[in-house]
Amino acid sequence: MSVRLLGNDILCRQAVALMTEYLEGTLPWRERRRLRRHLRRCPNCSEYLEQLRTTISLVGQVGPDHLPDQALAHLTDVFRRYRDLPPDQPDQ
Amino acid sequence: MAAVSGDEELLGAARSGDEAAFAALVARYHGRLVGVARSVLGRRDLAEDVAQDTWMAVLRGLDGFEGRSSFRTWLFRICVHRARSSAAKEHRSIPFDPQEPGVEARWFGPDGAWAAEVQPWTEQSEDKVVAAALVPLVRQAIDSLPDAQRVVVILRDIEGLSSAEVCDVLSITEGNHRVLLHRGRNHVRAALDRHLKGR
Repeated sequence: MSVRLLGNDILCRQAVALMTEYLEGTLPWRERRRLRRHLRRCPNCSEYLEQLRTTISLVGQVGPDHLPDQALAHLTDVFRRYRDLPPDQPDQ
Repeated sequence: MAAVSGDEELLGAARSGDEAAFAALVARYHGRLVGVARSVLGRRDLAEDVAQDTWMAVLRGLDGFEGRSSFRTWLFRICVHRARSSAAKEHRSIPFDPQEPGVEARWFGPDGAWAAEVQPWTEQSEDKVVAAALVPLVRQAIDSLPDAQRVVVILRDIEGLSSAEVCDVLSITEGNHRVLLHRGRNHVRAALDRHLKGR
């Protein structure tokens, strides 16, 4: 994802390539300024950025997978065995 | 044990022998460990074993956890290490150099501008009900990502690890992390786009 910025303006392809760094807050200020300038006049890229933000928010709502009862029962059983070991036999 | 506790609280209770606290940690993280292990191993069948093995290592190391990193960073680091060892035994390894091309290359014309208009999404995805209905689609899209992209998206966007923590857990460079995250998110956005645009 190497993007060279020529002149003051950037292309849509370049703008999209910079969006992850922009959202992560790691884009250097000069490129950030160019991207913002591009976004102000490009409805497609603005829409795309909003959709990326929505995507990240939705990914963050993915909960834990269902844990089979059998797996939980097995692990709690292992936990019990560890807990009940005498202190001087930590890894039997 | 409180109804909803933080990881460190649960860990403290588990150290004191509280079985329910340990079970709560397992319920919270086991599925994610399987997902991460699968991504690092490149195969699903051994991932459950690696996840279980990770909990064994956690139990053995319970008293040694010093809190220098968060519990989940520690947990995922153990899991990735175990998965890599298992992959090495199988003579497999998942490359974390970004190899899969990004989905976006074909969206632009030779002039670097969008080849077609980016269509707004019609459903209000910030609406809680709509968002809940979209989560299974998002889960499926994450599931179908290339391995290296999937594990980065899980750790960064689901688990909320910082970029630095993800790089630490996976032993990858910041540059590779950025590219994998970018491509993974774009893939998931594309899946949502197919579902949401112009309906």
